[in-house]
Amino acid sequence: MNYENEEFFAPGHGMCAGCAAPIIVKWILKWAGPNTIVANATGCLEVATTAYPRTSWRVPWIHIAFENAAAAASGVEAATRAKGEKLNIIAFGGDGGTVDIGFQALSGMVERGHNVLYVLYDNEAYMNTGIQRSGSTPWGAWTTTSKVGSANPVGKLRPKKPIAMIIAAHNAPYVATANPAMFQDFKKKVQKALSTPGAKFLHVISSCTTGWRHDPSKTVEIMRLATDTGIFPLYEIENGDIENMRITYKPKKFKPVEEYLKPQGRFRHLLKNPEYVKKLQEDVDAWWARYGHHYHP
Amino acid sequence: MTEKHLKEGYYFWSGDVAAAEGAIAAGCRFYAGYPITPSSEVAETMALRLPQVGGKFIEMEDEIGSIAAIIGASWTGERSMTATSGPGISLMNENIGLAVMTEVPLVIVNAMRGAPSTGLPTLIGQGDLMQAKYGSHGSYEIITLYPNNIQEAFDLMFDAFNLAEKYRVPVMYLLDGLLAHMYEKVYVPPREVWEKKIIRRKRARKGQLPYQPDEDMIPPMPLIGEGYNIHATGLTHDERGYPDLTPQAQEELVRRLNEKILKHERDIWKVEEYMTEDADVIVVSFGGESRAVKAGVNLARKEGIKAGMLRLITIWPFPWEYITKYSADYIVAEINYGQMYHLVREYSDNDVYQLNKMGGEIHTPEEVLKRIREVSS
Repeated sequence: MNYENEEFFAPGHGMCAGCAAPIIVKWILKWAGPNTIVANATGCLEVATTAYPRTSWRVPWIHIAFENAAAAASGVEAATRAKGEKLNIIAFGGDGGTVDIGFQALSGMVERGHNVLYVLYDNEAYMNTGIQRSGSTPWGAWTTTSKVGSANPVGKLRPKKPIAMIIAAHNAPYVATANPAMFQDFKKKVQKALSTPGAKFLHVISSCTTGWRHDPSKTVEIMRLATDTGIFPLYEIENGDIENMRITYKPKKFKPVEEYLKPQGRFRHLLKNPEYVKKLQEDVDAWWARYGHHYHP
Repeated sequence: MTEKHLKEGYYFWSGDVAAAEGAIAAGCRFYAGYPITPSSEVAETMALRLPQVGGKFIEMEDEIGSIAAIIGASWTGERSMTATSGPGISLMNENIGLAVMTEVPLVIVNAMRGAPSTGLPTLIGQGDLMQAKYGSHGSYEIITLYPNNIQEAFDLMFDAFNLAEKYRVPVMYLLDGLLAHMYEKVYVPPREVWEKKIIRRKRARKGQLPYQPDEDMIPPMPLIGEGYNIHATGLTHDERGYPDLTPQAQEELVRRLNEKILKHERDIWKVEEYMTEDADVIVVSFGGESRAVKAGVNLARKEGIKAGMLRLITIWPFPWEYITKYSADYIVAEINYGQMYHLVREYSDNDVYQLNKMGGEIHTPEEVLKRIREVSS
């Protein structure tokens, strides 16, 4: 059945104007349809979609502690399977709730092989508590705990965790990175994940207008630039076979990383020093030199 | 880089910022934490300020990591702190017990919010008072302090660190959703004045074992990295620090862990007694709630009711002597279903009444007045 004309994620929620997370959730639920149960880690998505007496969730929804979305989803999945029911179990978590505090639960869920789709909406910092750095914050980003000043002109000094690769290394049946600005690719990956049995992981980039400090009308453009500059590559890995990963989109001509940095306040300080921009460009070029041959048009 | 210390003067700070600045003034040079409302500004202040004074800030992957990191840092001799709230303090509890057992000085800020669970992240709760002492498994004593204004949130940090270092014990430093985000004027004295208040860790005598107590029941703490062959374990251990899994070792160690605090409780207690001398009814309160209670007591006095307030600044060890010393009736005003009420009842021969809200706001002075009227009529 096609449910694209139905809404399982109702409008009227309190997410910020320009936030990408509701775009991601709304479309995933359309493709999953009504036979779906959602487990939601603590975070912006949970807080801003459920201010009592309103809720945006038109499917059964369970909020769980920050660190446990994958574990709660495991419980729901194992119990529904024991009852002989066939449902889509989807867990949504932000980057903090996935790569940091929730990592142990996610690792366990994938290792045990629960039939769950785990979706990371990655806005690259703890946005719900006021923009603190996370394990998924990229090198050079300003946050309130990776401040920029004379002692540290860079911001965050460490690169982000390659979480999709890490989960793929668990031999998960299906792992993919996705970008809602690359809509058809995003759709294909969600549908593929939903139809694959076992533990699936989608790493979806999700711009945060307040934390990334950009014009709320530019959300889709900026996320598109993340992929067109090569900073956020789109690929999929099946059954842990990283050697045979498949890059699903490669820009015909890569845009320079400045184009992604410029519209975002969190990177403004990097533009003052060409060395920083050069370093980022070199990191991106190195990634594509290493993995680019996995693109087969 | 030259160190950037606070200058004497007046500052306009929130409770979170005052607690962080107070900690740095009191010698804290290591902070590990994890963002959570309403305590995140403690971390943000530390992220900015610690590097300016030669200290180190790390953001950890969760609260379990945060408290474990400060336990590790404290063993090196650094005054170490973390801050959290609600779900975060629940996650820290296992390692709080470990720090009690291995006698590691720490300061843990808990900005209490409406609870249980996620509760009311931005609003006041006082539901973690029992958890502060009983949160980890086992029978142990811990020190808990709780200011009620922003000046005190700064000043009391000296007590927090000094007590932690002196007694080799974690100190729970309570704030609440009200104090954490409320701004007030704070006076910071000159550095040479506040530096004199800092009590340093005592050093071991030659040949003294790592868990061999002095007469005050507190063993001096050898530091990791200074040549000691330190063996720190959460298992029941002997004076060398080696596991000794016998009822005799358990009896000796756990008894001492409790008594090193309880035998010194009078030195630890801090209480504000407000118009209690002649009072017929005394309202016991603490933290953000006590600000309204004082106003309510003033209203009662205007009506000729002999009311007073006991404000507990030390929550644990419970300052019971301040309860037994008065023959007044008590009202315990707290933002929970009734926690310190049970302690006051244990120590009072007179009537003890409750005044509770479940969280999100404190009582109004009029609500306090109404309860005082009810119990004194």
